[in-house]
Amino acid sequence: MVSTAETLARPKCGAFDLTDVSVAYGDEVALSGVDLRIEPASVTALIGPSGCGKSTLLRCLNRMNDELGNVTVSGKIQLDGDDIYARDVDPVELRMRVGQVFQKPNPFPMSIYDNVAYGPRTHGVPKSEMDLLVEDSLRRAALWDEVRGHLKKHAFELSGGQQQRLCIARALATRPEVMLMDEPASALDPISTQQIEDTIAELKSDVTIVIVTHNMQQAARISDRTAFMLRESMERPAFLVEVGDTRTIFTNPSDKRTEAYITGRFG
Amino acid sequence: MSVQRNRVRQARAVEAAMKLVTGACAAAVMLSAAGLLGYLLVRGLPAMSWSFLTGMPLKDPPGIWPAIVGTFWLTVGTAAFALPVGIAAGIYLSEYAKRGRLTRLIRLSIANMAGVPSIVYGLFGAALFVMLLRFGLSLLSGSLTLACLTLPVIITSTEEALRQVPQDLRQASLALGATRWRTISKVVLPAAAPGIVTGSILGLSRAAGETAPVMFTAVFFLTGLPKSPFDKVMALPYHIYIMATQPVRPQPLVVWGSALVLVAGVSIVNVAAAAWRSRARKKVRW
Repeated sequence: MVSTAETLARPKCGAFDLTDVSVAYGDEVALSGVDLRIEPASVTALIGPSGCGKSTLLRCLNRMNDELGNVTVSGKIQLDGDDIYARDVDPVELRMRVGQVFQKPNPFPMSIYDNVAYGPRTHGVPKSEMDLLVEDSLRRAALWDEVRGHLKKHAFELSGGQQQRLCIARALATRPEVMLMDEPASALDPISTQQIEDTIAELKSDVTIVIVTHNMQQAARISDRTAFMLRESMERPAFLVEVGDTRTIFTNPSDKRTEAYITGRFG
Repeated sequence: MSVQRNRVRQARAVEAAMKLVTGACAAAVMLSAAGLLGYLLVRGLPAMSWSFLTGMPLKDPPGIWPAIVGTFWLTVGTAAFALPVGIAAGIYLSEYAKRGRLTRLIRLSIANMAGVPSIVYGLFGAALFVMLLRFGLSLLSGSLTLACLTLPVIITSTEEALRQVPQDLRQASLALGATRWRTISKVVLPAAAPGIVTGSILGLSRAAGETAPVMFTAVFFLTGLPKSPFDKVMALPYHIYIMATQPVRPQPLVVWGSALVLVAGVSIVNVAAAAWRSRARKKVRW
């Protein structure tokens, strides 16, 4: 039997092209000279020691840095060829195309249904399509089987792992081309982490995923490509050391610093 | 060795003494509250009767109905002016204001407003609303004056309540492509509502019991029920003040009875708000 939700067309996957991207907080340049292509329909992991600009780079991709006030992003960031920092781009529209999941599960204090419907309602999706969209999003986030029949329940009644999958469903509901994940499993227990990783593996055929992680095993397990970032001293901004196929990065990195980090000699 | 043991013994003594002193102070607060309420009940309860609550002041036995109605409408009027402005200003300070000279100036103004004595608000209200704007001695002038007095409490508690809402929720909403205002109205405000309501009720309770600000702006000792916002009214605090300072025919029963009604009215609203809040809090925890 084919579920009704499967009749919804899948959105296309987005590709990012970053050219000479730098980020400054006030006068301090935190990150500079990043050239990076993020392939569509794949998982790209950003790894590196704390303070190497992974999250900063991630937040450039949906312009969440704009919200911090004194952040300047320079260089060029294109999503499927469109410059996302062009003057006529509204960050609100960009964020429909590029969703984000945060480190700690942060469901809204409302029902499961209302959490998932929040994004689509914001963007004027009609009521008649909402049930379908909510179901589809929850299915894609692998939460549907656990919450069907309980959609009116308050989101806070879910476990931490379920809450995080709810947040993934919520982000999927705007049908984004890209999903940014900032250490999505770092606040979760091993079993919930496993479930999130399974969800990511399922999702990547539909959505391009960029994931920041501290956990190198996780990066090795779930990503297709890995980008290693580093900040060598506080006087100099962080930079992208290298990027490549995850297997190559983990078995045969071309940079000595990558090798040192991968093999656990620092970080 | 023994020096150390002495020090431990001394620390323990200080610990016990501090626990005792702080506990005694807390108990003293409780006792004063209980004493106040107890005495109020003892003096005020004998006055309670249907005719006291619903009768007119000049009848025999005298009633306080116009004062109850007046205080009710003054409080409603105060809420109507102070809540929208106060909550909006709190939202601005918490959600929109950037750190800068303007924000500092606004905060300074609020702190100053909170420090102004209520009698000064009364004078200000009389000059601005009663005379200059020609609202006369009226419900409207009194409500506006009380609203000015209440604003700092409402602004400050709104801002505090909004700050309690985790930044994560705002981020989540913005990342879903919601605008700032949608984030505030759909996520942040509902989550902060219990705190905002608490602060607002607290501010309005104070306003309901104020005498000085309404003395020159809204109230008259003996007058009927208001028919429009431009009518003068009676008010419980002012009624208490007049009856208590009247040397010719003192009526302690009316004074204590009015005081009890005022306190009971405010308490009922407070308890209702607390009950609602504890229900709302169950849905909003982090």
